[in-house]
Order: sequence, then structure tokens, then C-alpha cells
Amino acid sequence: MAVGRIGKPRNKPVAGARSVMEHGRAKMSKLRAVHKRKKVSVPRTVEKVAEYKEKEINGEKNGGKRMVLLKKKQRYYPTEDRPKRLPSNKRPKSERKPRVRGAIKPGNVLILLAGNNKGKRVVYLKQLDSGLLLVTGPYKYNRVPLRRVDQAYVIATSTRLDISKVDIPETLNDKFFKKIKLNKRNIKKKSEDLFGSQKETYQVSEERKEAQNVVDGQLLPIVDSEPFLKEYLGCRFSLSSKQYPHLMKF
Amino acid sequence: MVFERYVEVGRVALVSCGPYKGKVCAIIDVIDQNRALVEGPSTKQGEEGVPRQAIRFKLLQLLPYKIKIAHTTRSKALKSAWDKESISTKWTTSIVCQKLDARKRRQLLTDFDRFKLMKTKQRRQRLIRLCMGPKPKDKANK
Repeated sequence: MAVGRIGKPRNKPVAGARSVMEHGRAKMSKLRAVHKRKKVSVPRTVEKVAEYKEKEINGEKNGGKRMVLLKKKQRYYPTEDRPKRLPSNKRPKSERKPRVRGAIKPGNVLILLAGNNKGKRVVYLKQLDSGLLLVTGPYKYNRVPLRRVDQAYVIATSTRLDISKVDIPETLNDKFFKKIKLNKRNIKKKSEDLFGSQKETYQVSEERKEAQNVVDGQLLPIVDSEPFLKEYLGCRFSLSSKQYPHLMKF
Repeated sequence: MVFERYVEVGRVALVSCGPYKGKVCAIIDVIDQNRALVEGPSTKQGEEGVPRQAIRFKLLQLLPYKIKIAHTTRSKALKSAWDKESISTKWTTSIVCQKLDARKRRQLLTDFDRFKLMKTKQRRQRLIRLCMGPKPKDKANK
């Protein structure tokens, strides 16, 4: 017997208990008139995937043709089941962008702490997808080119330039700055180059020079407008006696 | 060596430690061997003074100023005695106060400020040297 109550729930909690319902499972199927409903089954169409593939084999006595599995069987089966990873709402690390310190904002002057350019004061432009910071000298003032830098190796100063109107080309991404491996052993020319007589040296690409000019061209007037800033960027940072970084304000 | 600054009611002192560090107050009463009751009206506009409280003598640095008050005077009477001797002006124009302020300002300099300071100091020295003229040659090292 189907009770036709449109708009009203069929079931409700028992008085005094929030999670105990009035009608049990059997009663509910009756109330819902499940026996009157027609089962509509959608035929499952399974596409037949070819497992084997005919392959021609060379050689006289090799049979001419062979059936080869398209999806090869596993070469190794572990003796114990590998533990499954629990589901997580977090996006994979490759998709997550590391947080930038609050003190590091676009246009900030940063002090580089490692590498050849340690001590140099540079302008921070933006954070790249890998999480590294894109900085530039400007090259004219301190010979620091457009470069990626990790925020762990940087001191952020409170000096900030207004680069809201500076247009940083979209081409400047992690791929653009990826390190080019030199002196790769070319297997074909192994005999000629055994003793490494032809060594490749790093050459700055024209794209890099162009990009540098594009970005610096916009930055230089901003830097020049602030007194002392040009010399400041050209000067390296150093600590002298009785200067303690943890007591200094940057 | 004669002592000139005594702990007495009305002695103006500088608080050297704690939440009221760098502020100036007057000794209103002596509690015991270690502690004094102090209070200090504000010396600068916008800055709070030292509220009436017990402070250890060790945290006080006696100053060469004194106001004429009876022990445990009310804040109002203290303020009028303080203004009568113009302790606020005497303090803010004193070298000690100026040096403390300079030290605070230097601590708050940013990296860029430090650079600018260095450059202006260099510039000033260069001008001074120009005015002084070349150094006379040492006769012994001729």
C-alpha cells in the first residue's frame, strides 16, 4: 500500500531519538511501493579490447608471424601487498605552489645570500610556478640577470618599488630558466671527443638578453626616480662588527 | 667622590627596564630597602607616562632633577609640581634623552636607510676635508 503524501516525508525520527526512524527498512519499501516499480536495466556494452596483435617476424625459421600481447604482463610481482595510500583532499605536491613569506612582495628589494651573487641587492618580480622567485638586478646596476632564486636564500628588505605597471612577459617561466646541460657525451662522436678536448661553455641566449632588456627597460626609470636607490642596488650587503642580523631591521 | 643625586621624595628618575623602559618618573615614597613608589606624567605628546606603581631601585637611574612634593602626593599635585619645574622640557632637551632617542632611531633603520646614512656621512666627510684643505706634511717623516 503506497501512501501518497507528496511534499511530506514518509519517514521521521522516533520521538525522543534523533537517529532512530519510525519505519524500518521493510516497511519503507512497502511505503515506497517498490514492488510496483519497474526495474529498468540498461544493457552494459563492453567494448572488446584487442588483447593480442599480430606481428611480423623476420628470419627464416621464426614462423613468420607471432601473436604479441599489447599490454605486457608484469615483470615483477611483489611478495607482500604494498600498503595503499589513504585518500587525501590535498592536491598533489606537483600542483601545489609553495607559500611566499609575507615580507616578500613584488617590487621588494631582496638581498641574495648564496651563490656568486651573494650580498647583492636585487628586485623581486614575481613567484614562478615552481615556487622559486624571479628576480632581476637590474643587470645594468649590479650584473644580476633575470634569475630564479629560492626564498630560503634571501633576506627581504622593507624597501619596495612600485612595479604594478611593469609588464613581465609570460614567456618567463620555469621552462625558460631551466638549466641547459653542457658537455653531454655524444655517443656517435665518442672517438673524437674522448678526452674532452671540445668543451662547451655556457653562452647566454639571445632570448635571455631580449627578455632582460624588456624587463629592465621598464624597471630602470622606476629605480632612477628614487634617490640613492641606484647606488644601493649596485652595492653589496655586508655585516661589520657589532652588527647582528637578528637585531637589525631590514 | 661625593654623591650628588640622592634617593628622596621628589627625585626624578629614568626607568631602565621593563614595560616603562626609557620613561621618566618621580619617586613619591620609599617602600623598603629595595622598592620605591613612583609615578611619572607623560613627557611627550601621545606617549603615556609611568602609572603609579612600586619599582625596584635597581631599575631606576637617578637624574639630576628634583621636584618639591610631599610623600604620597596625589597625581594631580604631582603633575602641577612637575610642570612647575618643567621637568618634561628639561628631560627632552637633555643629552641623555637625545642619545636614547638616537639609539632607538638607529635601531629602526632599514637596510636602505643604513645605506643612505653611510653615503651622506661620506659626502659630509668629503666636504669637511675640502674645507680643511690638504694635511700639512709631518716634518719628522719628510
